[in-house]
Amino acid sequence: MQLLQQSGRELPDRKQVGHVVWLQAVLDGLCEISSRDPLTGLANRRQFELALAREVDRVARAGEPALVLMIDIDHFKAVNDAHGHAAGDLVLKAIAQALDECIRPMDTLARVGGEEFAMVLPNCPPSFGLAVAERVRLRVQARAVAVTPGQQLYVTVSIGGAFAPQWVRSSAPLWIDRADQQLYRAKAEGRNRACLEQPTVSLVSAEEKGLLFGTSTFQDLE
Amino acid sequence: MSSTFPSAPSGPAAVSRARVLAVTSGKGGVGKTFLTANLAAGLAARGKRVLVLDADLGLANLDVALNLFPKITLHDVFTGKVGLEEAILPAPGGFSVLLAGSGLVEYSRLTAEVREQLLRIIDTLGPRYDHILLDTGAGISDVVLYAVSLADDVLVLATPEPTSMTDAYATIKVLATQQNRREIRLVVNQVGRIGEGRVIRTQLQLVVDRFVAPTLPDTGAAPTLELIGEVPLDPAVREAVQKRKLLLELLPGSAAARAVEAIAGRLAS
Repeated sequence: MQLLQQSGRELPDRKQVGHVVWLQAVLDGLCEISSRDPLTGLANRRQFELALAREVDRVARAGEPALVLMIDIDHFKAVNDAHGHAAGDLVLKAIAQALDECIRPMDTLARVGGEEFAMVLPNCPPSFGLAVAERVRLRVQARAVAVTPGQQLYVTVSIGGAFAPQWVRSSAPLWIDRADQQLYRAKAEGRNRACLEQPTVSLVSAEEKGLLFGTSTFQDLE
Repeated sequence: MSSTFPSAPSGPAAVSRARVLAVTSGKGGVGKTFLTANLAAGLAARGKRVLVLDADLGLANLDVALNLFPKITLHDVFTGKVGLEEAILPAPGGFSVLLAGSGLVEYSRLTAEVREQLLRIIDTLGPRYDHILLDTGAGISDVVLYAVSLADDVLVLATPEPTSMTDAYATIKVLATQQNRREIRLVVNQVGRIGEGRVIRTQLQLVVDRFVAPTLPDTGAAPTLELIGEVPLDPAVREAVQKRKLLLELLPGSAAARAVEAIAGRLAS
């Protein structure tokens, strides 16, 4: 109960609605708490992993492209050191909000670590990947965070992204791994940038098939 | 990785290591497990020490093909329940197997650990065998690609069926572009007539030269497909598979068995 009160969740009057409805509201409230990051209100790591596992299944089944982005605030420790942890929290909240403005309703945005966020973007074509990541990066860069009256901070993010492999049976940890590798690359290449893994070229184009089954060539060989 | 294990004494007397060959196909159901098991038997018959590692962790079926019902599988090794030695089983045909056991779907989630484990197994067992064959899963999943990346050589198996050829081509493309493979061995299974394998190789090579080679960083070195054999469509194979016997033992004189023998001979030399 204390947990629910702390999270500012209103419970219906137990006498008015009856035990069953009240208990359901308590359970809903607890579920909500367990899937949210208390500071930013975004999905937490657990919720993110669930969404990712679901997406792995969907991609294997439907073959739709899906993108995961790992987003890390650049030099966040310096913000904390220079302006204090309260300012750091304000930055986290503001960036969370900026990121939230970039996503579609079906996307999952989560805070997965101290200054690390992640996005799962179902049904995102490979040709859009970099544009999506860049939009996120620019949105954060443009966001002014008021940490004290009259003092504004600007932060940047590095972004690493990877598409789910189009072939069956991948795994969520491997997918995150691949996105993380791109995040390291973005950091190493100077931060405030987005790096995406080149999508697997596993599709065989019509031209390739044409040549592979070109009847004229077959006859030539015989 | 390898530095964490006792290394072989250096110098001219250094222990020779097994040649690791991954057998893969893209499409399932083209005879990967059949070929792997019979190649292993063919190599063993030539006096080679052979280990087959069932790297199809999600949907392993080598145990079914060999009619083995192991109590101990790779799963027990991965979870530390038994030592590696206990999981190595003798198979009919005179080779050894490390079986994954069917339906260990959870490995699609444990992959980061599993790849360490696979690497460790190959590192540890390498000096004791002449050949290690990896029977990979169908498709081009991350697990399959990782298993292939552990191998010295890769053998792509295809049949003349258009879907199989397309998947074989897709596999070759991924291996060339993502793993920088420049030499890929090809076996064509279920050919209807002699020479069909050669035609298919030429056709695949043509498409590789045209579409894959130009996308590679150094366009000078195009990946080459080496046809190391074709296996005829032969009712003997069906019979052996249904009886869960090795073709080389059940019907050694059959056309398919002689073809597999020839491939084993080429791999042995």
